[in-house]
Amino acid sequence: MEAALRPGTILVSIMHANNEVGTIQPISEIGALVRARGVRFHTDAVQTAGALDLNVDALNVDLLSISAHKFYGPKGVGALYVRKGVRLHPLIHGGGQEKRRRAGTENVAGIVGLAKAFELAQEEREAESARLQKLRDRLIEGLLQIPHTRVNGSLERRLPNNVSVCFEFIEGESLLLNLDLRGIAASSGSACTSGSLDPSHVLLAMGLSHEIAHGSLRLTLGRENTEADVDFVLQEIPGIVERLRAMSPLYQG
Amino acid sequence: MYSDKVMEHFTNPRNVGEIPDADGIGEVGNARCGDIMKMWIKVENNIITDIKFKTFGCGAAIATSSMITELAIGKTVEEAEKITNRDVAEALEGLPPVKMHCSNLAAEALGAAIADYRKRTASTA
Repeated sequence: MEAALRPGTILVSIMHANNEVGTIQPISEIGALVRARGVRFHTDAVQTAGALDLNVDALNVDLLSISAHKFYGPKGVGALYVRKGVRLHPLIHGGGQEKRRRAGTENVAGIVGLAKAFELAQEEREAESARLQKLRDRLIEGLLQIPHTRVNGSLERRLPNNVSVCFEFIEGESLLLNLDLRGIAASSGSACTSGSLDPSHVLLAMGLSHEIAHGSLRLTLGRENTEADVDFVLQEIPGIVERLRAMSPLYQG
Repeated sequence: MYSDKVMEHFTNPRNVGEIPDADGIGEVGNARCGDIMKMWIKVENNIITDIKFKTFGCGAAIATSSMITELAIGKTVEEAEKITNRDVAEALEGLPPVKMHCSNLAAEALGAAIADYRKRTASTA
């Protein structure tokens, strides 16, 4: 990080946790370093709102953004925390709404919905995160029983609801189709790239080969998931992987 | 996203496997693109009597591989060679546009197996 700062740097923005592989970044440490140089620091906490503590002083951030749909609030509304003293150029020019930062009539229902959802998410956060983390660890442990399987991202510093693995010798879409046929909703990368044929840019940036990155699977857990769901997934996936490997020219079983 | 026919071939692919004493073997595609197809053919009296495939790839890649084995079996080498990717896509009642280019490789894989067969017969003749 230190090496990336240049004399003209005015802003650093780092995601609190990665949406694909779930790795939690050391935001507090980065914030201390960046702000000591007089540079403003923003974090995208969309993945972590509802899962981690978002104390803006402990995190050492000047700006922090969240999105309601990630904590069961309405879609299409988000919030930006702005530390006192940080001056922002308006995002949309015109009227004086939202402290002159975003012109246009406020989406009152969305704003209230976000606030209420966030309040509820905070009440449940610790208990729910602990519950999801247990399910997550069981899922990861179970999936790693399948040979030639690797976990993507950190095992220790990881979102409580994120499972990301790669199964070698198979391709993600054919895995997803098979899961979908059994009623299991999953993704092979991030939802943003589901229309793309390329493997995850995140996994490629982490140094995985195209071949292995194509075999990625992301499962995310939420409040509706139970132990029984984990059992079902762990019962179905090994057979699917085995069947796809049996028809893969890359696999020398 | 896929037609029923594609899903049917994807869930029950025909002729998966290898032919140990194949007369021709072809492999096309690459991992970068996400699709690799390998095809084995057995030829007797100029007729394709057996064909098997192995495919690393998406649903479309698996379904097109399976479909071309059905289209090619029992045909003469010349007839089989004329099967195009479009024929395969049509037999599957269409493919999503995004899949037409990258995953519709089955005719190339069969073509490569036939080319290998020709090379082998030419060198033994």
